[in-house]
This record gives sequence, C-alpha cells and structure tokens, in this order.
Amino acid sequence: MSAPDIASDRPPAGALARLAARPAVWASLAFVAALALLPYSAPLFHALFPELPRPLYTRASFLDLALSHAGLVGLASLVVVSLGIAIGIFVTRPAGRDFAGPVDTLTAVGQTFPPTAVLALAVPAIGYGGAPTVIALIVYGLLPVVSATIAGLGAVPAAPVQAADGIGLSPAGRLVKVELPLAAPVILSGIRTSVILNIGTATIGSTVGALTLGSPIIEGLSGSNPAYVLQGALLVGLFAVATDLWFDELERALH
Amino acid sequence: MSLAGEAVVAPAPEAAAPARPRAGVPRANPLLVLIVTGMVVALGSLGFVSVAPNRIVSGKPLALWAAVEPGVAALVAALVVALGASALIRSGVWRDRLIAVLAGALLVASLAAAAHAAGLVAAASGPVARTSLGAAFWIVAAGAAFALADAVGRLAPHPLAQSAIAAAVVGALLALAASGALADLSLAREFANRRAAYGAEMLRHLALVGGALAAALPIGTGLGLLALRRPAWRKPLFAVLNLIQTIPSIAIFGLLIGPLSALSGAFPGLRAFGVGGIGAAPAVIALTLYGLLPVARGAFTGLASVPPAVIDAARGMGLDERQILRRVSIPLALPILVAALRVVVVQLTGLAVVAALIGAGGLGVFIFQGLGQTATDLILLGALSAIALALVFDLVLRSLGALLATGERP
Repeated sequence: MSAPDIASDRPPAGALARLAARPAVWASLAFVAALALLPYSAPLFHALFPELPRPLYTRASFLDLALSHAGLVGLASLVVVSLGIAIGIFVTRPAGRDFAGPVDTLTAVGQTFPPTAVLALAVPAIGYGGAPTVIALIVYGLLPVVSATIAGLGAVPAAPVQAADGIGLSPAGRLVKVELPLAAPVILSGIRTSVILNIGTATIGSTVGALTLGSPIIEGLSGSNPAYVLQGALLVGLFAVATDLWFDELERALH
Repeated sequence: MSLAGEAVVAPAPEAAAPARPRAGVPRANPLLVLIVTGMVVALGSLGFVSVAPNRIVSGKPLALWAAVEPGVAALVAALVVALGASALIRSGVWRDRLIAVLAGALLVASLAAAAHAAGLVAAASGPVARTSLGAAFWIVAAGAAFALADAVGRLAPHPLAQSAIAAAVVGALLALAASGALADLSLAREFANRRAAYGAEMLRHLALVGGALAAALPIGTGLGLLALRRPAWRKPLFAVLNLIQTIPSIAIFGLLIGPLSALSGAFPGLRAFGVGGIGAAPAVIALTLYGLLPVARGAFTGLASVPPAVIDAARGMGLDERQILRRVSIPLALPILVAALRVVVVQLTGLAVVAALIGAGGLGVFIFQGLGQTATDLILLGALSAIALALVFDLVLRSLGALLATGERP
C-alpha cells in the first residue's frame, strides 16, 4: 500500500542525489562557474601576477571564445559523426566491400599523422580563419569514427544476424534493429576519441586564425603573459574534461 | 633465426593470394577508377604549380601543359591514363603489381615535372621568383601514393616487405632531391635556407620524444604492473591517466610554465639543468604525462594476456616473481608491448610539434614560423617533415613487431 507512495516520493530525491554524485555534473558546473567568474577575476590575477599591467584577457569575452570553440568542434563533429558512420556502414555492405581494404589503410595511415600538421596543411589549401580549422577537424576526426564503425559492425556476432535474417528482416532492417545497436558502444568510443582530439586540435586552431579558448594561451605565450595562458588553459581543460566525462555517462547509459 | 622463420612464413600469403580473385568474380578496381578520375579532373581544372614573383606574394596557378614542355606533360598524362587502364585488368596479382609500378613511377614523375616547371620559371624570371607545388600536383601525388600503398598492402601484407618498398620509393625521391633537380622548387629553397636549423630542430624533436619516452616507459610500466597486482587501484588509476590525455596538449604545456618558473626561481641551481618556465623541461614533462596512459595500458594488457597456467608452471619450476616477469611474462607479452610502444612514439612525435609554441623547439618551429609569416612552403616543410617522421616510426616499429612475431614461431 505504502510502496507506491515511497516509490513516487523517492525518485526525485534519488535522481538528484545520483545527479550530484556524477563527476560529469561537477566538471560542467566548474566550467560554467569559471566562465562566469573569470571576467570579474582581474583583482585575483593582479595579485597573482603583480608585474603584469593587464593580467586579464579582454580581447574577446571568454563566453565568445567558449561558444566559438564549441561551435567549431560541434559543427565538425556533426559532419564527422554522420559521414563517418555512413562510410563505415557503406564499406561493410556488399556494395562497398571493394572499398573496405583501402579505407582501412587510409584510416590506419591517417591516424599516424600529427593533428597539428593536418591543421597546418589546411592553411595552404584554404587560407586562415575558422574554415581551415573546421576542415582539418573534419578530416582528422573522421578517422577514429570510421575505424570504430567498421570495427563495431565487424564484431557483431553471427548468431543475432542470422536470427534477424531468420525472422525475415530486410538488410536495412537488420542494420538498424540489430547490427547498429550491437555496435553502438564501439562506435560511441570512436566518437569520443574524435571529439576529445578535436577539442585539443581546435585549441591550436587559434594559430591559424580561428577564435577559440586557445587564443588567450597562444597570445599569452607569444606576449609573455602567463596570466592569459592560465585563463585559457583552465577553461579549455575544464571544457575537455567535462565533455569526456559526459561521454563516460553516455557509455554507461548504453550498457 | 628470424630470416629462416620468414622464409617459412613468406610463401603462405603469396600462394593464397592468386586463389582469391579466381574464386570470386573478377572485377575492376572501382576505387582506382575514382582516384584516376579525380586526377584527370584536377589536371584539367587546377594549377599543377603556382608561380609567384617572390616568397611572400601568393602565386598564380599554372596548368600542367602550360608549365612544362609538351613531352614531360605527355609522360605524366600517359602514366595517369595507364594507371586508370590498369584498374580494368582482371587478374588480381598482376593488376596490383602493375598498379604499384605505375603509381610509383607517377609519384616520382609528377615531382620531377614540378621541378622541371620550377627550373623553367627560374630561367625565365630570375632567382627571386617562387614556384610552389599546386593543387593538381598534390592530388596526383596523393592519389599515386595511396594507389601504391593500397596495392602494396594487398601484394605484401608483411610490414618488413612494406618497409622495403617504402624505403625504395623514399630512396628514389631522395635521389631526385640529392641530384639537385628539385633545387628550384620553393619548398627546396626554404629547406636550403634553413639547412643547419633543420638538422638542429629535427634533433630537438627527436630529443623531446626520446626524453619523454625515457621517463614514460619506466613510470608507465610501473603503473601498469601496479594495476595488474592491485585490482582495486585499476579503475581510479586508468581514470586519472585518461583524464590527463583528455586535456589539450597546449593547455598542459601552458600550465606547467608557471610552476616550473617558480621552481627555477626558488632554486636557481636548477636552471643549469634546463629547468625553467619556457623550453624543454615543461615540454618533456607534458609529453611524459601524455605517454603514461598508452604505456601503462600496454603493460597491463600485455602482462594480463599471459596465461596463468604458464606463470604457475614457472613458479613450479622454482622461479621467483622477478624471474617470472623477466623470463616468462615480458617475452610472452612482447608483441603487445611493442604495439603499445608504437602508439606512444607516434603520439608523442605528433604532440612534440606543439612544444614549439612554448619555446622547446622541434619541427613545429617551422610550422608556426610559416603560419606567422604566411610562408606556405615553410609550413609545408615543417608539416610534411613531422608527418614523415611519424610514418617512419610507425613503419619501423610495425616491422619490429612483425619480426618478433615471426621469431616466436619456430
């Protein structure tokens, strides 16, 4: 009798407690707090670096930097995820089997390329700014997603595939209802690698003229202003860690 | 030992390979058709080289037939067409052999053609004029390199054979460079202007990677062993190491500057050892931190893969823990350990590029100088060198892993 009452009472408190116990939530809160408080932190950095005349980065607001950084990575990731999974599916179907070997070679060789070198090569090809950064992020970010999709679909056991054929699913139905769900954890880990890598590469993107959280770091390094470096590094570090921890949550939810 | 082992292993894939195309329906190579189509479109619509009156001004694209003498253009075009035609051959092995030869020839010929174009420009407009490699060149060269790698991958799956073929192609390109034929290309001029600095920065790059490895290998292996022996520590340990990898490299480089300059300020004696805010010390420390996860994970997975029965048997023979590790576990785990080493070396080679931003030197110096001066060919010099270095490490360590695997068999 009272069981339903307890059940209806508990979830909100339990959910809140569970939410509060998640490191992803803490990291995100820390990132948001840093973003909100840094504009008012001039006195703190004056005290920390008394020799610097202007210890707080003001060329662009931290919020703009964060939004631009997240926008570059988000745009690239959107293309990477849709295109990468599509390529991975294509080369594991009968129609695309001829391309499987070469695509495998390409992703294996491509992943040995230094990401910074790929970013730098985008400049002679396209020029300076946000566009070459996004192109480089897409090209480099595709590799882990494609190889993870191929690996994930390749590791699907034969039994459920045969069962799907047995109950009369079409190849497309089998892919959507059986193969992709079973391959999802591996694909997700490929997406995670790609996104985290791209957050780091986008930071270097400020050397090719993109507006990112790396801008204060690069400017601080070239202008000997360690305070700028600290502000940029703090924000981008928290951003990357929070994103990674959310992937942790997503992976756990998938299992 | 290993040579004998190879002789035993080598015939197997060769004998198996011709059977495959015969068993299946013989088909054309659709990817190669796609690549060659791309080359034809690029040669028809984009510049093969780009000619500028001086180093800083951006150049004007010049198509292949406008840039070189008709005979040279015809040779490149003939190789492209022949490569396209070879895609239609139905015998798998002969097709791949022909593709490999044609693609290798096209790679060398396109570079020679670009250099020839640069020579013509230098003769006509004087030594200040700059001839850079154009979009069509890069598409043809990249397509040829990929067709070559793909064909070789099917013909000779063994990393040692691939290393030998890669060495032959690189040797041909280096011979071309050493002959002075490339000297008029803008890329070669950037190199010639910085010959001394190039050697020094290459050594710096290797020293940064080597220094980080020297620290990351023992520490990472120790952490891997710890994870193996204390299961309770496993999860938090790898979570922390993973967190370090998550933080962008430039942020870690930057964050280390403060503490290290404070340290060298408090203990000026440390400066004699190169410890300071800017320079090699923060770079090597950051690279070491990045190297810990792959090393620890490799050591852990490798040692965990040793069957417990083998360890029990060794214990039964009276070996102590240290002897078991040295004489049983490590030799058995060696292929996994070498694979982990390859991952670490390639990753650190790439990350060391960023170290140039904190004054640690390395090949990144050319990239960031080039970006600052909008000197495209300087960017190319640094980026291509960094890529080549990573590829060489990858191939060498892959070959080492294959050698160890064949050495085990008999």
